[in-house]
Parts: sequence; C-alpha cells; structure tokens
Amino acid sequence: MTCNEAEILLHAFLDGELDAGHAREIEGHVATCPRCAAALRVYGELRAAMSRSDLRYVAPDSLRARINGMFPAATPRASNRWTLFNSFMLGSALSATAAASLMFAVVRSDQDQMIAGELVSAHLRSLQAERLIDVHTSDQHTVRPWFNGKVDIAPPVVDLAAQGFTLVGGRLDFIDGRAVAAIVYRRGGHVINLFVTQGSSFGRGSTLKTMHGFNVKLWSEQGLYFGAISDINADELQEFEEKFEAATR
Amino acid sequence: LSPNDGRERFETVVAPYLADAHAYARWLIRNRADAEDVVQEACVRAFRAIDQFSGSNGRAWLLTIVRNTAFTWLKEKRAEALVSMDGLNESERLAVERGALLESSTSPEGEMIAAADADELERHIAALPTEFREVLVLRDMRGLDYREIARITGAPIGTVMSRLARARSMLRTAWLATEGQPI
Repeated sequence: MTCNEAEILLHAFLDGELDAGHAREIEGHVATCPRCAAALRVYGELRAAMSRSDLRYVAPDSLRARINGMFPAATPRASNRWTLFNSFMLGSALSATAAASLMFAVVRSDQDQMIAGELVSAHLRSLQAERLIDVHTSDQHTVRPWFNGKVDIAPPVVDLAAQGFTLVGGRLDFIDGRAVAAIVYRRGGHVINLFVTQGSSFGRGSTLKTMHGFNVKLWSEQGLYFGAISDINADELQEFEEKFEAATR
Repeated sequence: LSPNDGRERFETVVAPYLADAHAYARWLIRNRADAEDVVQEACVRAFRAIDQFSGSNGRAWLLTIVRNTAFTWLKEKRAEALVSMDGLNESERLAVERGALLESSTSPEGEMIAAADADELERHIAALPTEFREVLVLRDMRGLDYREIARITGAPIGTVMSRLARARSMLRTAWLATEGQPI
C-alpha cells in the first residue's frame, strides 16, 4: 500500500469502517511508515477533541417545548400499569373486570412501556443499599467474564471513563422473568444501569421514554437488546448510547 | 393516520433524535435562533410525512429532512455560504493536499490538538466549507456511520470518505496555521 492510498483509508480505518483485509493492510503500512503512523495518531487526537462534549450543542428545553407545542395535544392515555393498579387499589370507579381487561389491553398494546416500567423498578431496586453492584470494578476485563454462567450472553462491557461515563461494576438482575446482565456506570453523582439481554421482549428499534422522572433508552444491536436507564437528562442518555455503541463497534 | 397515531409515531421515530437534529442544524446554519427555526420547520415536515416513513433508521431519516430544510434556508438567506468541494480554488486545494505532508513523526502535534481549547476548534470547524463541515459533524460529533452519512447527504460512500479525509486534513492545517507552530 502506498502513502497516497493510506491517506484516505486511514480515516476509514480510524472510524472502524474498513473490512478486515484492508484494515490489515493499513496496520501493515502504518507499522513500517512513521509518517502515516504519525498521521493516524494525530487524526485520532483530533477526533477525540471533536467528540468532547463542549463542542456538541445541547438542544435547549425551549426548543423541545416549541416542537411539542406545534401539535394538537394527544388524547391522554393510561400511562402504565402502576397507575392503573393504584387507581384500582384506591377503590376507583373501575370494576375489577374492567380494570383487568384494560390492564390487559394496555400491556398488550404497549410492550415497550411495560419493559420501561420493569427497568424503572429494577433501577430503583438497584439504588437501594448494597444492591447496586455484585462485582465491583472499573476493569472491563473483570466484569465481562464475571457474567459467564450467570446469563446466556456475553455482554459487551467497555469502560467509558474517558467519555465521561465511568464503569463501576456489574450485577445480575431480572427483567420480565428473565436473567439479564446489568452493567453499572456513573456520571457525576448519577447512576446509569445498562441492562443487556437477548430476549426480544425489549422490542426492536430505538426508543427513548421518560417514566417516573427517569429516562429510559431502548435499542438493539447485533442480536442483543439494551435498556439504559438513569436520572441524567435525555441528551446525556442519548450520548451514553452513542459512546457505548461507538466503543463496542 | 389519526392525529393521535401521527403524534405517537412522531414521539418514537423523530423525538429521540432532536438533539442530533439540533446539533446538525446548528453547525450548518451557524446561528442559534435560525438553527432552531430550521429544526422546527424540519419537524413540521417530518410530522407531515411520518406515515411515509417505513424504515428502521429514524435518525438518518430526520437528519435528511433537516439537511434539506437547512440547505433551502441557506440558499435563500445566504447564497455565499454554500461552497462546494469543486468551488475550492487551486491554492486552497494545494493547502489541503499539502496538509498531509506537514508533519514529522516526532511532532507532538497530537498533544497540542488535544489541548486546544474548544472555542478555537469550533472556529476552525465553522470556517470549513459546508460540505466538509457536515461530514465532520455527522461522523465525529454525532457518531453516524459512513452509510448513514451517504444516505443523509445524498453522496456515494467514496465521496463521504474523501470529504472526511480532506475535512480533517484542512482542519489540522488551519489549526497549525493559526497556532504558528513550527512545522
């Protein structure tokens, strides 16, 4: 490979976009060409500097409010099972039969909402004393093997301390009656629980919800399903997903 | 599609990516208030077209709409802002190409870039021609992959790659020039 070819392909290599064959060629070239090796290092630094959060414009709440205000208000719908359960327990006008069928309808029609509810419960449980972490370490190579034999997947575990999300450990948890891996991160004083499973009950596609004041982000990637939950704001949780995906790609 | 269904589709397909839409528009338009107007306009367009969206990548879909809206705005309000790659003159083109030759393997350039303050970096990025700037923003700040960027910008992947290479090279050259660092 010549330096001219390497000049363009270096970037694709850096971005993880090269196939294995070309990536090996770049590695081979860089190993023998100090100039291209230096270029690769510099572009890596440049990229890191650009991904720092102070260059990322944060969407102001006023913009979100403006956009929400553009639409005719949606008819309020029953938000979740917990509300229904409360109204039932409080002796509301709903008969037991009506409540049961309504609950069934809500659960059926909104699987994501149900999973989000389960994630909120698991998150709250984890915040109670001594339940947050089973394996305490910021070493990704300790957390990942710890899950061997405990869950039916090898969850991707990456330390994102350099990106502002510190890995603090892992935990075995249960969502929808199924053992899932919970990977725990901190951002400042905030805890982020990242649940990983291969159960498809998490739903496909990427969604962001707010529930009981927590933000819940669901997404799927390469056959695994992820649910991140925290009290950090929606933009930061979105950023967490991006950083996590970028680091595991 | 009932208004309620449209609203719900909007909440799942579009709303999660408002942060991306805002940052992309902000970097294209380079003015806070105008960028917010563009995002709002793009959201109106997305809402109207929401029943035509059938794919799985809401982010790329929304950003395509943001781009169209922003470029329409730029054409109307600031014709001069749209410098395409072909619009570079010979000396600029040489500067871009020579950028790659400027370093030596012993230069501590990387550390200097890492230490550069965000304002300065922002100024250099803002000074790049629009089509270079946007690939940097989409790739390096918002983390989109080449395929998504190709789809959003309507350019082949090869073009995305070369624009990204040249954008980063221009950025490095510009940064070194103002720093007055020995080369």
